[in-house]
Amino acid sequence: MRARTLPLSRQRTNGGKLFTRKALAVAAVVSLGTGLLAGCADDGGDKDSDSSSDGKGKTTVTLGLFGTFGFKEAGLYAEYEKLNPDIKIAENVVERNENYYPALLNHLTTNSGLQDVQAVEVGNIAEIVETQAGKLEDLSKVEGVNKSDWLGWKWEQATTKDGQTVGLGTDIGPMAICYRKDLFEKAGLPTDREELGKLWAGDWAKLIEVGEDYQKKAPKGTTFFDSPGGLMSAVLSSEEKRFYDSSGEVIYKTNPAVKKAFDMTAKAAEDGLVGAQTQFQPSWDQTIANNKFAAMSCPPWMLGYIKGKSQPDAAGKWDVALPPKAGNWGGSFLAVPKSAKNAEEAKKLVAWLTAPAQQAKLFKVQGSFPSAQSIFDSPEVTGAVNDMTGDAPIGEVFAEAAQQIPVQVIGPKDQIISQGLGDNGVILVTKGKSPKEAWETAVKTIDNNLDK
Amino acid sequence: MSTRHDTAASPLKGGAAPGRPPRGTASASAKDREERRRKKLSRRWQRDMRWSPYAFVAPFFLLFLAFGLFPLIYTGWASLHQVELTAPTDMNWVGLKNYTRIFDDDFFWNAARNTLTIGIISTVPQLLMAMGIAHILNYKLRASTFYRVAMLAPYATSIAAASLVFVLLFGRDYGMINWALDLVGIDPVAWQDDKWPGQFAVSTIIIWRWTGYNALIYLAAMQAIPQDLYESAALDGANRWQQFLHVTLPSLRPTILFTVVVSTIGASQVFGEPLLFDPNKGASGGAEHQFQTLGLYLYEQGWINQHLGRASAIAWMMFLILIVIGIINYVISRRLRASS
Repeated sequence: MRARTLPLSRQRTNGGKLFTRKALAVAAVVSLGTGLLAGCADDGGDKDSDSSSDGKGKTTVTLGLFGTFGFKEAGLYAEYEKLNPDIKIAENVVERNENYYPALLNHLTTNSGLQDVQAVEVGNIAEIVETQAGKLEDLSKVEGVNKSDWLGWKWEQATTKDGQTVGLGTDIGPMAICYRKDLFEKAGLPTDREELGKLWAGDWAKLIEVGEDYQKKAPKGTTFFDSPGGLMSAVLSSEEKRFYDSSGEVIYKTNPAVKKAFDMTAKAAEDGLVGAQTQFQPSWDQTIANNKFAAMSCPPWMLGYIKGKSQPDAAGKWDVALPPKAGNWGGSFLAVPKSAKNAEEAKKLVAWLTAPAQQAKLFKVQGSFPSAQSIFDSPEVTGAVNDMTGDAPIGEVFAEAAQQIPVQVIGPKDQIISQGLGDNGVILVTKGKSPKEAWETAVKTIDNNLDK
Repeated sequence: MSTRHDTAASPLKGGAAPGRPPRGTASASAKDREERRRKKLSRRWQRDMRWSPYAFVAPFFLLFLAFGLFPLIYTGWASLHQVELTAPTDMNWVGLKNYTRIFDDDFFWNAARNTLTIGIISTVPQLLMAMGIAHILNYKLRASTFYRVAMLAPYATSIAAASLVFVLLFGRDYGMINWALDLVGIDPVAWQDDKWPGQFAVSTIIIWRWTGYNALIYLAAMQAIPQDLYESAALDGANRWQQFLHVTLPSLRPTILFTVVVSTIGASQVFGEPLLFDPNKGASGGAEHQFQTLGLYLYEQGWINQHLGRASAIAWMMFLILIVIGIINYVISRRLRASS
């Protein structure tokens, strides 16, 4: 450096040149600085979280979502932007709820980094209602929101004891039983969805009996049900009370319904009726691709998952029957944080996105089953079909299941408890542990996880 | 600092360059002014020389205070409370309860044991293999640069991508490794479900990732060994193996110590590989916590179960364990140095 700075420093004697040097330096600093600032602005523009308006004076409303909600795919953003020319919508999607939810909690508790709209999964809604209601807008009073549009229990799940509704439901997951017609046929079972629905109606034990029949003549290498965790959570989600009682106490250890579901599943696992899999793991995905099981509990969104993991030749080989008892698996809510930059606009957007008409469009494109009961009879729902299930009227089956879903007591730590019972509990039976040992491991894990 | 303050220009005025030569035609008063100006500047330069270094190192220390020391102390403070992620500002004082509970927390000690065993079965083969590879690369080879770059490729690969590939390889039903085992007549192994296969599989990911990195460190050290040592050893009739044993290894002793220390610290903080090895359950490290490490347990308590107080206590316990490991390392290395 010195060699180069020496002649330059000599130039200081020359006033004119000094000026140019200074000017150059100033210009350099300014351009560098604006460059940096521009860089920052670009960052903000990417996420659209920092800029509430773009150059043309439009307001950008941002959504924080997880997984695939399908608003964009169903063309809802474009439609809303057309209806409201001064609004722009940008979404910020995190792939998995496990990664999305802790960050959301963090942002809510520090009141920073929040999007204008934040999605909440049904497994987390009780905790959000219980601990974060003060930071969220009451959406029940927003124009265009009618409580009666939603299923009663769906509305209640996002409402606090003193009547504040912190989230509007987007979809629900009415569970049915998806089954492979070809495998059922090979095992000598009926393949008609109504006949099957009647065969096991009313009691999960009857479904297990069908499974025993299946296993007697099962095509080589296949099991009746996909996984112990899947079976157990299906049984449990048709119970009114599972892990918490209505006063908010944890009762999973003493609730006979939980123990019964656990033992039933453990028995089925011991008898080899279920595959030794944990749901949503790569090896479970491979059992879908290789047609290794004949039935699974499935909400409408599962059909999309099955499609994603299946070989092309599996299309049309599935069918959907009513479950022994109806239950709910999945579904989400949209909430608006009080500290959102564009809370007012966000509330309007949420009211529109979750209105029955939009839920129907979403179901048609994305298969997210509407939580608005007022459209269960609409042609969009009743006429729905799916690639995997051929011409089966899945809309009718799911709508019927949806109307039978019990009002369920949900608690803040439901997810931890149900995961503990399945992934750390009943799965062990498939690995040679006795049901008693599996139960003890599950209880020990859950209690440790719940202990503050 | 060999710069002469009185002749060096202030960095403010265009860099530390020698001053310009005095002008011959200057009058007495101008000389006076010049003198005063010089004095003033020299005072400024002195201040500058004295304080600038602190200003230059300040950013690091400010960042360290903000992102290193403060979190450390705050974690210690939080570990004495019952705090939940849902309301991090509501802290209930519980004293040392979070620490005393650790002593009969089976999950913590299970995680500690797993960390130790995974650490051993990943670090030992890793360093031995790295040494062997470095020795081979030290010979004259065609395209040696290619091999050296290739060694670093796993290290440069994203840990997430690598782990996901390994999960598929180690799949029980359709994994490539079980398929290969089947070809030679070995029953399929439940890599994710059983304790030792699980730990072995996790260790494989770690070994795959870090062997090349350590090999390059060894290689660099080997190339610094003077060639004459080998020549004289060869004159004395030592073969390649004896040369390796009696010339290479002793010269590498400080490097080996360094890699052992670094690998031990890395092994006690293993996190990403076991987390991603079970992409669904993640932090619980398998159905029976068979490959849950301390890092995973900390993450599970803090971010899955949202018990920040308990997680903080675990973090401090890990810190203490690391200090103990550090002391053991220090003692061993001093012994080794004394014995050489």
